[in-house]
Formats: sequence, structure tokens, C-alpha cells
Amino acid sequence: MTVIYEKTRGLQNTPLHYCPGCGHGIVHKLIGESLDELGLLDTAVGICPVGCAVFAGSYFSCDCIEAAHGRAPAVATGVKRTHPDQCVFTYQGDGDLASIGTAEIVHAAMRGEKFTTIFINNAIYGMTGGQMAPTTLVGQKATTAPDGRDPATAGWPIRMAEMLSTLEGLVYAHRVCVVDIPHLNEAKKAIKRAFQLQMAGAGFTFVEVLSPCPTNWGMEPLEANRWLMEHMAAYYPLGVIKDMGGEPG
Amino acid sequence: MAIHLFFDRDLCKGCQLCVSLCPRHILALDSAPNAKGYRPVCCTDESACVGCASCARICPDSVITITKD
Amino acid sequence: MRKREIWKGSEVIAEAAIRAGCRCFFGYPITPQNEIPEYMSLKMPQAGGVFVQAESELAAINMVYGAAASGMRAMTSSSSPGISLKQEGISYLVGAQLPAVIVNVMRGGPGLGSIQPSQGDYYQATRGGGNGDYRTLTLAPATLQEAADLMGEAFDIADTYRNPVMVLVDGLIGQMMEPIVWEDRPGRTLPTKVWAAQGRRGRDHNNFVTSLYMDPADCEQHNLALAEKYAAMEANECRWEELMTDDARLILVSFGTPARVAETAMRNLRQEGLKVGLLRPITLWPFPGRRLGELAGEDHVKGFLDVEMNLGQMLDDVKLAVNGSKPVQFYGRCGGAIPHVAEVQEAARRALEEVE
Repeated sequence: MTVIYEKTRGLQNTPLHYCPGCGHGIVHKLIGESLDELGLLDTAVGICPVGCAVFAGSYFSCDCIEAAHGRAPAVATGVKRTHPDQCVFTYQGDGDLASIGTAEIVHAAMRGEKFTTIFINNAIYGMTGGQMAPTTLVGQKATTAPDGRDPATAGWPIRMAEMLSTLEGLVYAHRVCVVDIPHLNEAKKAIKRAFQLQMAGAGFTFVEVLSPCPTNWGMEPLEANRWLMEHMAAYYPLGVIKDMGGEPG
Repeated sequence: MAIHLFFDRDLCKGCQLCVSLCPRHILALDSAPNAKGYRPVCCTDESACVGCASCARICPDSVITITKD
Repeated sequence: MRKREIWKGSEVIAEAAIRAGCRCFFGYPITPQNEIPEYMSLKMPQAGGVFVQAESELAAINMVYGAAASGMRAMTSSSSPGISLKQEGISYLVGAQLPAVIVNVMRGGPGLGSIQPSQGDYYQATRGGGNGDYRTLTLAPATLQEAADLMGEAFDIADTYRNPVMVLVDGLIGQMMEPIVWEDRPGRTLPTKVWAAQGRRGRDHNNFVTSLYMDPADCEQHNLALAEKYAAMEANECRWEELMTDDARLILVSFGTPARVAETAMRNLRQEGLKVGLLRPITLWPFPGRRLGELAGEDHVKGFLDVEMNLGQMLDDVKLAVNGSKPVQFYGRCGGAIPHVAEVQEAARRALEEVE
């Protein structure tokens, strides 16, 4: 008997708490698989956010640290600077990374901190119940934008990958999604490349994942994926935004 | 050479991502709910499975294990 | 005989930390403690350690959190407004049971206040400061020698209890120069950091450092476990110095710089034949309240005079300890002003007149 597919060793056997069709579980798997395939599980340290992924440290099979809201890049800096040979990554949502933690992510990228950030952009605050995020699309409804995001009062959504790519310290930024197998393959390739570039000491690496939040978008999972491709991918273009990495080690 | 699908039934949340990606259209939701109260995925014709693993790879909850003899 | 050397306060604190095995410092500039990050930026890399100038105090304390969570002896320093920003991180350090040392070189407040010495952050240091029900052990050296000696203790205490320790000095101690002797310090036997998230390295499970306990029953248990540590710190770590309290009719209570002013005032008053003593808390939390209570019970003690560089914050702890059994007076200067010896003597004379 040959195993064609089984749950990755990169994740523990704890059942995930995420809603049906949520992208978090898929990205968790890709991270777990990537760490395992690159032989990094035994030395990696993950920094978890505040938000839906606050329990991620109970899911990943590597050591993890729970950060305060938005501070994961600072926490990761403390770990990576003192453990330069180990793989360190932050896993952050859009409220965490693009709102309350904007200073921390910008300056980690500015310093060229040699860790990887996996940024889950689902254009909404999930854990707190569907409030407007800095990445909420114009016109998209949220519990704090009941008539849809109005740029006149709430401004325009932030393209974090592009913004951070203006910084010298960032060597790799790639925006991906996980709605189907080709996109999932691309996402996994991006995560692995980010880890490889990190381990080669290239600089700060950033993978933004457009991720569905069916519950707070008020959609069925498949409908959410269609909406993501039609609306989110139109505003947040998929693909490599910056790659200064060359061939990692 | 037979392909076998194993479903960790009580982990399934019935999101149907796997159902939508199956090229052979052999996945469906079971009529009976699981322990969580979701209608979990099941296979309607295992003999038709080509072992592409699309279902397993997209599954957010790692419900599906696939083997071949 | 060991060599006496002239050192500046902030640099003593920084050097003592490196000597104590601290190998990472994360800070953000703020007056009057800039000599600490400046010294660290030069000396920490020479010691094989890490120095990072963070983008903010929020980031600095969270870099400390990360380094501490991965098993390092980590430290940050700041001054009052910056310490306010670090309170979020300090609360998380306590919640996640992480050892770290935070130095506050206090300046006048509230808000931007002044950049002159103050003790206005006593409440903040001893009552927790951030959200939640917690304590940070707070050391308050009054001399540069004591600062040198206590830094190593601060790290050892933090590691012993897995709790952040604050070293609280006023700006004068940070900025002054005086002679010190670098003493070899017998370190404590410390627990292994089996909880650290530094990579599994063969461990059969992953370590997850967190302060999150979603189930209220778990969170209550967590708080009760923390409370046991606070009780142990109160039992084992309380420190104070007493001068001439054996026959004192009035006991001055003071910490940090004003304790040195109060000591001079006490010696001057003794020359005049007035029986004045001094109790100087070295740990502000745990506060030496039991000892103060004992002294309050002595017949010869007629009253207390609390001397601070604020509007009377430690005063609350003195009153709680004395518990109404003897009068407690207060003399303080605030906003960056330092009490003069003559002012304290005058306040002590008045206090003596009232109690005699």
C-alpha cells in the first residue's frame, strides 16, 4: 500500500476551529508541508497573531509564540536576531498586519529582518465578527461599514505587498490564493521559496494569501471563492510582486 | 491497482471545496450528519477515483487520506 | 582590593546587564536614559549579543517578548512615557510567564511632563501597569553601586519566577556619576527553560508560549498559579535597608534618590539630638510592609514621614502597613523637582512636633 496523500506531519492532530471553507486551514497545511519538506520543522519558530489564527500554535507542529495584536513582526525580530540559523515566520491576518501592526511590519521589512511573514488577507475582521478591515474592498459591507466601505470616510484598501515591496529590506513578495489546485500549487511554491530565501539569509520575505472568509462575507464557501477571484484578485493582483532573491543557497 | 479514500468523518465541515474540485464527480455530502452536526463528504464510487488528490489537498481540515494498493 | 571606578548611572545599568549574561537589548531613544541604548549599541555586539533600535517602545518590548520566549536573557530600558507604551508588552510577559528585565529611568509626568528626575511611576510599577491582575517585582536602587549589584539579581529573579522584573530609578540615578566597584556576584541556581520556544530540537511536542486561556476556568487557574508566584516573591524577595530605627521616634520612609536626601537629613537631625531613623525599601513590590508594621508597633516609634519625588504614591503602601496605628506624614516634590536636605529636615521637625 502506498500513501498518495495524508495529513502533513507539519500539523498536529488537533481539529481546527475554523469555519467551513475558511482559507486558514489550507494555508496552515501548506506551511506545515513546506516546513516538513524543507526539513525545518524541528528548528522552526512560528509567531501567531491575534485574530482567527490566535490558536495556530496549537496546530503547527513547530514551536510557536503567541504575540500581542499586530506585534508579531517585533516578536519575530526578537527570536530571529537571537536564533539567526533557525526558520522564523509570522502568520498574520489583515487587521493584525495592515492595521494595528502596520508599524511593526513596515519596520521589520525596512530592517530586512530575515524571517518570513505569511499574510492572510480576507478583507475583513474575522474573529471579532466581520468589522471593516484596512483591506476591505470599496463597497464591501462589514459590520462597521453597513452600507459598504466608503472611501470618503474610510479611505481605500491597502495593497500591503506592493507597499512593503518599495523597501530595500524586502527581497521577496508574492501574492497568491488557494481557491483551486493550480493556485494552491503556486501558493505552496511561494511559501517554500520564502522559507528558502530566509534560510539563505537573503532578507525579509512576504507571502500574501487572498483567503476566503465565507462566514463574515455571508456566502457559501464555493461562492466565496468565486467572489474572491472576481473582486479581490481584481484589486489585489496575484503573482510575484518583487523577487530579488536569485537562487537560494 | 485500487485507490482507497479514507474520510475522517467527524473532522469534515461540509464546505464542499473537495466536491467542487473532483474531476470524476464522485464526492458528495452524506445525508447523515457527523458528530459536529455537519453533513460530511463521502465517496459515491471509489472505483472511479484516479487518485489525483485534489480533494485531499484542498481540504482545510485534512479530512481525506488516499492510498493505493 | 578591587578597583574603584567612576561610572555614569545609565552605563552602570547597561554594563551590569551584560555582566549578568544579558545578550540582547531592544530599545527606543527617550531622555533621560539614552546612554543605556547607546552603551548597548557599542558593547552588546562586542559581547556577542544583539542590539536592535526598535521603531517604538511597543516594538522594543515585543522584541524582548520574542527573545525571552525563545529562552534568552532579554532587556529593554526606557523612561516614563515610553514605559507607558511598554505596559501592553509587560502584561503579556507576565501572562505568558516570561522572564525579562525592564529599566525605567523615571522623568516628570503626566504626559510629556519634564525630562528631570521623578518618581511618578511608582503606582504604575507596583500595581501592574498594564491590563489584568498581576505584579512585577520592582527593584529601586539608590546608588550606582546598588544598581550594579541589583541588575544581576533582577535577571536571576526574573528567571527564578518566570516573571518580568522592573528596575525603577529616577533620572538622577540614571544621569549621575559616582564611584563603584564591580563585584563578582554569586548567581542563583536557575530552572532550565524547558518551556522556551526555540525550535523543538528533537522534543516530542511543540512548545507554545501564550497568555491566552479561552476557558474562564483555565484562565482563573492560570491567575491562581501566577498568584502563587507573587506570594513566593513576597515571602522570599522583599528587601529593604534600615538606618537608626532601633530608637527612632520618627522613621523616614523613602526610596531612590530622595532616600539619600532623607539619610543626610536624618544624620543632620541626629546631630541635633532628634531621634530620626530611615527605612528604605529596595523592593517596591514586594513592599516591606510587614517590617514597617512591626516598627509601627514599637513604643519608641511615634510616627512616620514618607518622602518621595511625587505627590505621595508609596505613601499608600506606608499607610496600609502602619494601618492607622501611628501618624504618617508626607513630604514630596514632583514634576522633576528634587527635595532639598533642608526641606526634608524641616518636614521631619514638623512631623516630630506633631507626634510628640
